[in-house]
Formats: sequence, C-alpha cells, structure tokens
Amino acid sequence: MKAKQQRMVLVVIAMVAIIGAGLMAAWALSNQANYFYLPEQMAEAPPEVGQAVRLGGMVQEGSLKTEADGVTVNFRVTGNGEAAIPVRYSGILPDLFVEGSGVVAEGSLQANGVFLATNLLAKHDENYVPKELEGMTQQQAAKMAADTTVGLQ
Amino acid sequence: MIAEIGLAALWLAAALAVLQMISGAAALRAGDGSTHPLAIYARPAAIVQAVLAVLAFLMLLRAFAITDLSIKLVATNSHSMKPMIYKLTGTWGNHEGSMLLWVGVLALAGGLLAGLEKRLPERTMGATLAVQGFIALGFYAFLLFSSNPFERLPVPAAAGIGLNPLLQDIGLAIHPPTLYAGYVGLSVAFSLAMGALLTREVNPNFARAMRPWVLGAWVLLTLGITAGSYWAYYELGWGGWWFWDPVENASLMPWLAATALMHSVSVLAARDALRTWTIMLGVLAFSMSMLGTFLVRSGVLTSVHAFAVDPERGAFILALLLIYIGGAFTILALQASAVSEGKRFAAVSREGALVFNNVMLSAILAIVLLGTLYPLLAEAFDARVSVGPPYFNPASAIFAIPMFLVMAVGPLLRWKEDKPARVQFEMLLIAALLIATLAIVALAGDYPLLPVLGLGLAAALGVAAFLPLRGRKLSRVPTAVWGMVLAHFGVAVSLLGMASEGAFTEERLAAVAPGDTVEMGDWLITLDSVAPVAGPNWTAIEARVAARLGEGEAVTLTPQARNFWSPAQATSESALLTRWNGQLYAVIGAQTPDGRWQLRVWWKPFVTFIWYGGLLIALGGVLAIVGRVQVDVKRRKAAELGEERRADLAALTPEPAE
Repeated sequence: MKAKQQRMVLVVIAMVAIIGAGLMAAWALSNQANYFYLPEQMAEAPPEVGQAVRLGGMVQEGSLKTEADGVTVNFRVTGNGEAAIPVRYSGILPDLFVEGSGVVAEGSLQANGVFLATNLLAKHDENYVPKELEGMTQQQAAKMAADTTVGLQ
Repeated sequence: MIAEIGLAALWLAAALAVLQMISGAAALRAGDGSTHPLAIYARPAAIVQAVLAVLAFLMLLRAFAITDLSIKLVATNSHSMKPMIYKLTGTWGNHEGSMLLWVGVLALAGGLLAGLEKRLPERTMGATLAVQGFIALGFYAFLLFSSNPFERLPVPAAAGIGLNPLLQDIGLAIHPPTLYAGYVGLSVAFSLAMGALLTREVNPNFARAMRPWVLGAWVLLTLGITAGSYWAYYELGWGGWWFWDPVENASLMPWLAATALMHSVSVLAARDALRTWTIMLGVLAFSMSMLGTFLVRSGVLTSVHAFAVDPERGAFILALLLIYIGGAFTILALQASAVSEGKRFAAVSREGALVFNNVMLSAILAIVLLGTLYPLLAEAFDARVSVGPPYFNPASAIFAIPMFLVMAVGPLLRWKEDKPARVQFEMLLIAALLIATLAIVALAGDYPLLPVLGLGLAAALGVAAFLPLRGRKLSRVPTAVWGMVLAHFGVAVSLLGMASEGAFTEERLAAVAPGDTVEMGDWLITLDSVAPVAGPNWTAIEARVAARLGEGEAVTLTPQARNFWSPAQATSESALLTRWNGQLYAVIGAQTPDGRWQLRVWWKPFVTFIWYGGLLIALGGVLAIVGRVQVDVKRRKAAELGEERRADLAALTPEPAE
C-alpha cells in the first residue's frame, strides 16, 4: 500500500467514526434530551409517564407542605395561566426556595398526575435565574428583579 | 495611578503585538537564507509584550488587594471586608479580570516561546510569532474595546458589592488560572502548527519543538479539570463530581483534543507519521479552547458559572473564533496537499493503536460538543431542552470502552509493524482480569451496567499500565516512559473512583432532632447539636454531626448552611470525612416546621480516587516533559561535543598545500 493510499484509508476511517458519532449523538439527543414544560403546556399536552422532563414556573403561594418525614415536600407550580401542577420532592430544598419564587423541577410525571421531582433548581444568587424562567411575564420579572437587586445600580 | 499604568501597559502591549505580526510576516516573506530588515523585531516584541501584559495584570491585582473602589470592576466585584486571599482571587472571579488573566498568560507564553525556542528555522519561527501576535491582538482589542478592566467610576463607590460566595473558595484560586494557562498553551501549539504549515516544515523537528507546549497545556488542563471537579463536588453540596454542565464540558473538550494531539505529536516526533492529522488536531485543540472561552465568557449558556452576561462581548469572541478558526482551516485546506506524506505503518502497530484512540477521542469530542450545543440550537427553534447524564454517559461510553481496551494493549506494540501473537500473554492477562472483575461484581449484586464495566476496565488497565515495564531493567527505563506508565495508571485509578462511586454509593436523607441517630450502611450518624456561627462576611447554622463506623470512634463533622450578606446569598457547606477507602459527605438542610433538621449523608467508596487519578495523570505528563527535556539536553551536549571533536580533528589535519 502506498503512503498516499494509506492516508486516504485513515481519512476515511476517521470520517466514518466521526460521522458515526455525530449520527449517534443526533439519535441519542432526540431520545434523551430533556424537554422543558411550562405548567399550562404540561396540563394541555402532558409528557409520557416516566419520561424525564423539566417543569418550570412559580411555587404557588400557600401550596408548600412538608410531610411527616420532614424531607418530602409537596407544592404546586403555576405559570401564566390557571394550570397548577402538583410536585413532590424528597431532599434538601435549594437555598432560596420559598413560596412565590421561581423554580425548575427535573423529574417525570407519574400516572396519578403528580410530577415527581428528582432535582429542584431555584435561583440561588442574585444574578442567576434558571434560564427557562427568563421569558416570564413582565410583572413576574419585575417582582423577581425587585427582590433580587442588591447594591449599586 | 494604578489603573492608568495598567491601561497604558495594555495599549503598549497591543501596539507591540502589531509589530510582532508585521515583523513575523516579514521573516516569512524573506526567502531561505536571506533576512528581512524587519524580521529581527518579532522576538523582542513578544518578550516586551509579555512583560507589559503581566504588568497590567499585576496592577489589577494590586487594585483588588487595596480595594480601590474608584475602579468600577473592583467596586462591583470586591468588598473591603473580604479576607485578603479572596480579594486577590476575586481579581479573576469576574469577566474583565479573567480575560486580563487570559491575555496575560497568552502574552507570557508568547514571550517564553520567543525567548526559548531556538531549534526551529527562522522563517517558521517568524510565521509562528506572527500568528501568535495576531491571536494576542484580537484579545487586546477585546479587552480594550469591550471589557476594559481598568474603567474608573465617575464617583468612587462607598462600598463594594462583593464576590459571589460560591466563588469565595480556595478552589477558585487554582481552578481558572490553571485552565486558562492550559487553553493558552494550546494557542502556542496552534501558532507553531500554523507556522510549520505555512513554511512546509511539518517534520519530527517541529514536533519536538511543539511537544513540550502540548504536554504542558495538557498537564495544566488536567489539573484544572481535576480541581474544578473537586470544587464542584464539595462546594455545590449536591454530592456529584461531574454534572455535564456546559462550562465543565467547555474545559473537557479542549482536554480531549489535547490528549489526542499529545499522542499524535509523539508519533510525528518518533516516527514522522501523521503529519496533517497532527496539524489538524492542533487547530482543533485551539478551536475548542476558543469555543470554551466563548461559551463561558459570552453568557450564552446559563449555568452556575455564568457570572458574565453580555451579548456584545459574546459577539466579539464569536467573531474572533470565526476569524482564527476559519482562517486556520482555510490555510490547512490550501496547504495540506503541500505537506508530503509521512512514513507508513501497519494497522497492528503502536501507530495504529494511537490512531485508533485518536479517532475515538475525536468521536467522544463530537458527542460532547453536540450535546453541549444542542440546547442552543434547539432554542433557535423555540424548543427548550436540556441535555444531561442520560445522554452523555452512554453516548461517550460507547467510544470510551473500545478506547480503554486499545489503550491497555497499545503501549505493548512495536512501532511500524507488529504481530498480535507476540503480545499474546499480555492480551490474555488483560482479558482475564477484565472478565474476572466483571464476573465478581455481577455476582456480588445488582449494579448499573456502566459502573460495572468501569470497574472491570479499571482493573485491567491498572495492571496493563505497568506491562510495558515487563522485561526491562527498571533503572534504565527512560523518564518519559515512566510518565506514560504513570498517566495510564492514573486513568485506571480515576476510572476505579468513578465506577465505584457510581456503583456503591450509599445515601440517607432524613429529618432528625438533636440526639437522634440514623443508620446508613455500616455508619451510625448522630446529630449532636445545631448552633449559629459567624464568619468574616457570613453567618451560618452549623450542625455537629457524629459519625461512627460500627463500634469505632465517633468523628465529628460540621456541615453548615451559610448566609452571606454581601452579596446576599445562601450556600450549603458540605462536611467531608476522608478515609482511605472513601468519603463521608454530609449536608445540613432547612429546619422542618416541627423543629427537626434535614440531614443528608452519603458514603462514597473510593470517590477520592477520581481526583488522585487526575493528579497521577498530570504527574505522568510532568515526567514526560522532564524526560523529553533530559533527552534534548543530552542530544545538544552530544552534538556540541561532536562539533568540538570535529574542530579538533580539522585543526590537527595539516592544510593541503596550495
């Protein structure tokens, strides 16, 4: 085999592997990507039971209840509409997680309509807002900005 | 004055970058043998520029040290009440400061290259310095026009805002500077590759000049990623050590490319093969570090690290990225055919194994890259998605597993051509270890697939790493080979840590009143008391938790829930108990309405091996550099000696009569 042919073979092998990786990535991404839902979207067209998704919205005032074991909480997440999705989570709550604050819950919808969260992301400093919450209504954004802006303007 | 000196130094450095570019280009245009009058300025320009850029960074460091509140950057990112060490590390805990650090390290690397590298032909060196100057110029422009770190406030602020408490940590002191130095080391590799390509000097000599830079950058990236992973592990309080967060991926991608480049540059140096491939990897590695800088600095991704959000800056870095990378690939496309083919090799040979693993590394890089960028692409079509471990873990494992298998055998093969039968014993040993471990773990319990495979591969690789030493006299093994053995062993150690954390971690989450005890595996965890404590710029709730293993002595852990007041933020300080065989990890949560406290504890067997492995890998890299330098020095001495002898001989031989 000549040097030139060998180079061609190498190039072909590398291309095949990398295109293969690309195709596999595309296939896996379409299956594994974690879609984001607003409460009204989840109420209208719920994801399949057990499929990993993210749910983002506001923790409804007065809905946060801690169970007797002290580590499981139930609350409702609301968005811009009427829809409110019940969420159940076991674990240590994010540092600034309170009623009325924005939250993104990672987890999946159960057969009984409760969203079982495996992880909660809340704003945890004055600059960080879960990306999905950036598009919330002006009123909510203003409210969020008001209680998060500190110091110099 | 501090700010003005710093700013002036930056402008002067930018001017010198222009001079370096012009002078380097002049050297390139001059034909072989002749010299251009302008060509002599490239090296001094690079060196003086390094001094100026470092001076600018020192000035900013000084401004942070004395908390000069008339400088906008200090006022918005520092606070006079902060401990001194965090005042200093705060210098690069923000966008402008970290970009200045980037540029400072870039200029320093350019200066070192200009001052130390004497082996390459002058034309190649000129082209290299011109490219280096061009890169530096782009970043000076970025700093001066869109992120000036020395901007003054019209009225000095009364008090600073402070630094994000998550970043007030010793991890921050080490993590970004090492990563940046690694990124920037790859810029030198890129400049060298471009220089060699432009002057058609892609040969082993060039590979030997490039290798220390690639190795150095790779060592720093390894250390940076290791430190970053440990920082996220104990500071974020989630108990995880790798989140596939876009910012983490941004540091992993250049590392993957640099790992491939490091191996391919070794093939080029030793065997004069893989010429174009090495150049392409050089371009790819630097592209990935530019992309990493873009992802982190532009705020295009929102994550825990995103403390800079400014679209204008993002556009600027994106433009730089497109100019450099587009330019590089254009030159590559135009010049590739001019690079003559290297030496041939058989499929079963050390080169063959290295090529295979290079391709696997590139495939993993593609997987990580697509997974990182996919949410951005999806957002353009108004779909909000996130991509996490369920994608990254299996997709990268598909390519990582064959890579690890080849990595176990590859170093045993001969260069150029080999027969599998020659390494039959070693291959059988590796296969036996792999299968035995898999069988034992599978019989022991029901564990997830990937960690089980990881354990098997770790056992096989851990032994395979030392097989290249078999039958050699240990005292005569070159230092660089020890480096390889150590680095490969480090991979096995790290893999063991990851797999064992994935398979055997035990976790307990409970609400407990003081005095209560919970059980977790063999551990008894008692909450002794909860009390408020205060630090220099925070107050906290501190729990005293006694951990007892069976009948053993109780050890007290003190996890805290901290509240910082400038800026106002709450963080969770985990408490760690390190044993040789693992770590106990405790976090305290909120108080429940009935007065109990949330306590979360994990026992993570061998989790520390992840980072020990990382350190071993880096140490292996350091040994490789030392070994290469030793050989270089020896070679140079031998050459000098040879010349002296020849001169002596010439002096002794009588001149032929006219």
